[in-house]
Formats: sequence, C-alpha cells, structure tokens
Amino acid sequence: MSLRTIRILLWLPLVGFLIVLGLVFTGLIRPHDASIRSQMVGRPLPAFSLPSTRPRQPPLTSASFADGKVRLVNIFASWCVPCVVEMPQLAQLKQAGVAIEGIASRDTPADSLAFLQRNGDPYDRIGDDKTSAAQIAIGSSGVPETYVVDGKGVIRAQHIGPIQPQDVADILAAVRDAQ
Amino acid sequence: MIAEAGLAALWIAAMLAALQAFLGLGSLKAGGEELLRAVRPVAVAQAVMTLGAFAALMWLFYSTDLSVELVAEDSASTVPTLYRIAGTWGNHEGSMLLWVTILAIAGAAVALLERRLPERTLAATIAAQGVIALGFFAFLLFSSNPFARLDIAPAEGNGFNPLLQDPGLAFHPPTLYVGYVGLSVAFSFAVGALLTRDVGPAFAKAMRPWVLGAWVFLTLGITAGSYWAYYELGWGGWWFWDPTENASLMPWLAATALLHSVTVLATRDGLRAWTVMLAVVAFSMSMVGTFLVRSGILTSVHAFALDPKRGAFILVLLALYIGGALALFGARIATVAEGNRFDPVSREGALVINNLLLSVILALVLIGTLYPLAAESMTGEKLSVGPPYFNATAGPLALILVAVMAAGPAMRWRRDEIVAVARRIAIPAALTVIALVAILLLAPGLRILPLLGLTLAAGVAAASVAPLWKRNLRRTPLFTWGMVMAHLGAAVSLAGMASESAFTKETLIAARPGETVSVGPYAIRFAAVDPVPGQNFTAVQATLIATRGSADPITLTPAQRTFDNPPQTTSESAIATRWDGQLYTVVGEPVPGGRWQLRLWWKPFVTLIWLGGALIAIGGALSLLGRSLPRRKVVAESTGFARFG
Repeated sequence: MSLRTIRILLWLPLVGFLIVLGLVFTGLIRPHDASIRSQMVGRPLPAFSLPSTRPRQPPLTSASFADGKVRLVNIFASWCVPCVVEMPQLAQLKQAGVAIEGIASRDTPADSLAFLQRNGDPYDRIGDDKTSAAQIAIGSSGVPETYVVDGKGVIRAQHIGPIQPQDVADILAAVRDAQ
Repeated sequence: MIAEAGLAALWIAAMLAALQAFLGLGSLKAGGEELLRAVRPVAVAQAVMTLGAFAALMWLFYSTDLSVELVAEDSASTVPTLYRIAGTWGNHEGSMLLWVTILAIAGAAVALLERRLPERTLAATIAAQGVIALGFFAFLLFSSNPFARLDIAPAEGNGFNPLLQDPGLAFHPPTLYVGYVGLSVAFSFAVGALLTRDVGPAFAKAMRPWVLGAWVFLTLGITAGSYWAYYELGWGGWWFWDPTENASLMPWLAATALLHSVTVLATRDGLRAWTVMLAVVAFSMSMVGTFLVRSGILTSVHAFALDPKRGAFILVLLALYIGGALALFGARIATVAEGNRFDPVSREGALVINNLLLSVILALVLIGTLYPLAAESMTGEKLSVGPPYFNATAGPLALILVAVMAAGPAMRWRRDEIVAVARRIAIPAALTVIALVAILLLAPGLRILPLLGLTLAAGVAAASVAPLWKRNLRRTPLFTWGMVMAHLGAAVSLAGMASESAFTKETLIAARPGETVSVGPYAIRFAAVDPVPGQNFTAVQATLIATRGSADPITLTPAQRTFDNPPQTTSESAIATRWDGQLYTVVGEPVPGGRWQLRLWWKPFVTLIWLGGALIAIGGALSLLGRSLPRRKVVAESTGFARFG
C-alpha cells in the first residue's frame, strides 16, 4: 500500500462513525413509537359473540358494530392494576361523547361488576370473554388495550396499555378520523 | 437551599472545567509551561465542586425534599432508606450527575497521580478531560438540571421503580459508571498523545494502569449486572443481549482489546496507531452506550423516558468528541513514527489475533444493537435482534478467542517457533482432548457450542496456569499472577456458561399446594401460598420444600410482590446455591382451580459464570497493583539479579 492510500484509510474510522451518527440521528428525530401494531388494524372485527357481563342484557356481537357508529372497544379485567389507572380517562372519553364497549378478559361477571362499582363504569355494553378467545382474535396480547372500530365494524386504531391523560387527545383524534 | 447550593457548585465546577481546558491547552504553547502548574489544582477543585453537587442531590433524596422536581418524580418518603439514597442515580438527571462526578474525579486523579507521562502530553490530556467534562456539564445545566424546584411541593412523591428496588442497584450503576468513565482517561491520553505526537512505550506504560482500573470496574459491573438480571427478572437467564447489556459489553470488549494492545506498545513499541485508535474507541463505546440507553431510541428495560431534545444534545456531544478525536486521528497518526515490526508467530502476533477477534465481536454486537434502528429507518419494518443472532455470530468467535488465549501466554515476544510453542502447550492440548473424549462419553448428544465450550474451558484452565509452571512463585511478578488469574477466570466463566446451556433442567407447571414436582435431582413439595406484607409492597409468597437424596430439605420462598407506589408487580425468585449448581424457583400467576404457575430450574454449575467474572476482575486488580507499584518491583528484581548474578 502506498503512503497515500494509508493516509486515506486513516480517515475511515471517522467516516464509519459519521454513518452511524446519521443513522442514530434519523432514529432520534423520527417520532418514536415502541408499540407493536396489531395485524388486525384495517381489517373488520373478527366474528365473536360474548354473553353480557351485566345480567339480562343481549350478548356483545361483532355484527352489532356495523351500524354506522364509531366506537371504542376496551379490553379490561378486574385483576388488572393498569386498568384502574385508565378508568378516569375512559370516563373522560365517554363524557366527550364516545361510545365505549368493554370486553372483560378472563374474569367472572361478579368480579367485573364489583370492579366497575369501585372504579366507575364507562361501558355501553360488556362482553364476558372468559377464555380471552375474542381478545386474541382481535389481536390483543394483554390488558388493557383499546381499539377504535368504525361504523362498518372495521378496526381503525389500537392503543396498547393504559390510556394515560396525555393519550386522550390522540384517541379522540383517532375516533374523528374513523367517522 | 441545599438544591440551590448544589446547582451553584455545578456551575462553578463547569467554569473550572473550562479553565482547566484553557490552562491545559495554553501550556502547550511555547512559554506556557508555567500554566501547567495551575492545571492540577484546578482539576482537583473541579472534582471537589462536582462531588459537592452530587452530595447535595444525595441529601435531597435522602431527606425526600419533595419541592425538588426530581425527588418528587422518582422517590417518596415511603421508599426504604437504602433506595431513597440509591434513588439519587436511579433516574436520568441523577445518573448523568453521577457520570460527571466520576469524570471529574478521574480527571483529578490523573492530575494528582500521573507522574510518568511527559509534561506536555499530560497537559494536553488534562485539557481533553476538561473539554469532555465541559460538554456534560452543559448537558446537565441546560437540559437535565437535577436541582429544578417545583412551584408547589406535592404531598407525596411518585415513588421509585420497584424493579430497581434491589440492593444490587445501590452498587451496580456506580461500579459500571466508574468503568465507563474511567475509560475517558484513556481517551484523553490518546487525544493528548495525538496533539503532542508522542505515542510510544512511555505513553503506553502511563496509560496502562488507568485502563486496567477502568476495566476491573467494568468487569465487576457487568458481572454484577448479569447476576442482578438473573435473580431479579425471574426469567432464569443470565444474559439477554438487551441493548443495555450490549452497551456495557461493547466498552468492555474494546477495553479488553486495548489492555492487550497497550502491553504490546509498552513492551515492544508496536501497534502504535492501533492502540491509540482503541483508546478512542473504548470511551466512544461508553458514550455511545450511555446515549443509546439514556436516549430511549432503543427499547430497553433500562431506558428512562427522555425527550428528543436531550437525546439530540448528547448526540451533538458525541459527534463533537468522537468525531473530533477520529478526525485528529486521521490527521495526526500518519505523522507518528511507525512502531516496531514483529514476526507473525510471536506473543505480539497472538495479541494481534486477540485484538482482531475482540474487534470483530465488538462490531457484531454493535451491528446487532443498531440493526433494529437501521431497519426501521430504512424499511419502516420493526424487528428485534435477539440471542439467536448474537449467540450464532459472537459465540464461535469467542470460542476461538479463548483458544488463542491458551496459546498466547506460551509464546515469546518478537519471534517464536511454532514447534516450540506446540511443545509448551502440549499438556493443556492433551487435557483438551481428554476432556472432549470424557464429555462425549459421559454426556452424549450435547450441542456443538456447549460441547466446545466445556472442552475448551478445561484446556484453557490448564493453559492459563501454565505460565506459573516451574517458576519461583514468590518471585513471579504480580502482573503475571494477574494474567493467570484473569485467563483462568475466563475459562471458569466459560465452563459455567457451557454447563448452564447444556445441562439446565426446567419444569413449568400449574401446581396446587400440597403437590410434589421434580426438577433435575430435586423433588419439590409445594407446601403453601401465603400473603406477606412488606414495607411498601404486599407479596404472595410460595413455600417450596426441596429434597435431594438424603440431604437436609431446603425451604425456598419465591414471591410475587405488588408495589403500591407506583403500582407494579415484580417476581422475586428464590435461589438455593449448592456447590454443584443452583436451584432457581419462581412463582407466577394464579391459575383457575386453586393452582399456581411454578417455574423451577436446576442449573448445574451456573455460579461459575459469575465466579469467573470475579476472578477476571481480581486478575485485573492484581495486574494493576503490579503495574502501579513499579518501584518496589524494580528493587525486588534488581536484588534478585544481584543474588543470582
């Protein structure tokens, strides 16, 4: 190797570093999003029919979603601590005029109702998903999760984890987009 | 008042860092030698001020002063005392302040203790240390002020992350940080040497103890961190290739390479450019690691929420420091005279292979860590790179590295004959073959990596003590003992890893109290499940009675803790350590029907992993002692020669 080539090679570490730097920089300025999207976003709700958690009420069926009204589907459980955290935000969304349907995952109706008694009940209807079959079909891997379902029964957005106060505006925007 | 005093101390320290950089660089000019005398006290004063700021923050956390935003966000009066104190560095601002504090102390230590470096290079080194400190002071003061007050103090704080409420946290981050930031000294040495074009054995001998010191702490920090993840996360694994773990492994790999190349430079005046490069890379990896972990651009359990502005700030600092050092390298290193050449078959040759392998492993880990980021910015696809990639790529290389480690110390400097080397390592090589045959007979059907791991561990353990063979042990220098100990540690650790991977027995079961489950050599009776109150949590605790043969039964009590502030559940594993392994138990969720999920592991010789890590660190410490007490050693050697001569 000539001295000239060696001199040029000596700058390679800097060039390599600048490439990594550029990469990291684009990673930093891009809005960061650590959630894993459900493959179901953009698809119609899978077929399910869940008995109501509340006594003497009709079951919660996926067919009933295709009535032109945008709704939230909130998957919760009485044994889930983060679900308690998001209850005030759900109440806030309900107050803003959003219809919310609940799916009680791996729970008994008695426990679910006691939970709602303690923490407030924002749901229009509640489906009792004992085996979490409906939850898994929707593409949810944990509680709480919240889906925006449009008037044709198509899933339009997913929120993983508890809805924190700062998330309310995003969810309202997603509901508006789904109109 | 204390918060304001802390902030003031931080500002003064920043000014002193600027002065330190100015005086250090000024003394390089002709006629500036006088300035050098002022540099040392300034560096010490800077460290004292920074330490004062850190002590102030610690006091605020200890006394739970909720009018300070950081304390209100990350602590609470209900948090136990140990974690109120450790909480000082259990958050972004506090951990950055700890970082800067250690940086300042390292700078002061160089100013006070370094006597071997030529004056001009020392001045440039201290100046470089000041410039680095200045950037991180700016970061703290302008975008991560730990002393910010709230207008209205809340009645109670947000509490402290339950996962971090573990005695390990009190020691693990500070140890690791001493390692990370200790490498800044090597970085500053390299920059100083590039500025004065003075790269040679004297520079290497001066730098070596600092690298050794940082490396010992890094080794301890990584070992402790690995054990923490092992027992606290309750997943039974000891290394997860999490970005944070990689962030600590990368500087360690670079420092390990540096440690070996600096020896070539000190002893044989070879590998000049390469050693300087590694010194730059080692601390760069510390900074990149800190950035990756702290910026939250990679998803990790260790990431504190961080806004992009702060991330951009650290990134600019990285660009300036690493980019600046690499540019200086490109511009200056060609003017540093070439060092000595050597034969491929020689101690230097083996160390070059060691360096190449370590560098390739480092590159593989770096690529694996950054790949998800690259993939997401190019294709928008989200993915995660995990153990399959790292084990498949880094694993085989690490095995080759270990094999080279067996041969290296048996080789002579400058030139050696292959036949002679082969004769010297004949006994360990024979032991390796015997071990291979024994393992194949006793435990047939092992996968290839654990098999090679166990075999090599046996051979390398023998080879690592070979340098002591036929030597007067009392006259063997401490650094040789250090090398022996560290290499033996690597073999011990490898044996633990291979054994854990090859022989672990796992049972996952939903059991009712009263049932008996077996795992490995143990029969485990699930005696009871009880609620147990804690200071700031309630736990559901299982009682397991494990029996093995006629030995006394062991009682284990794994638990699920539910913390009240913030609400979170952690699982507390219960581990019983025996000479031949660990019984590892975790209790999980209740299952309908009065059953509980139990995860039970029997992990033969798993403790060797961390024992090996500790041996490596002890080896480093022995070498450090041997290298930093040169005068006594010279006396011993000369009297020795006198007696025999």
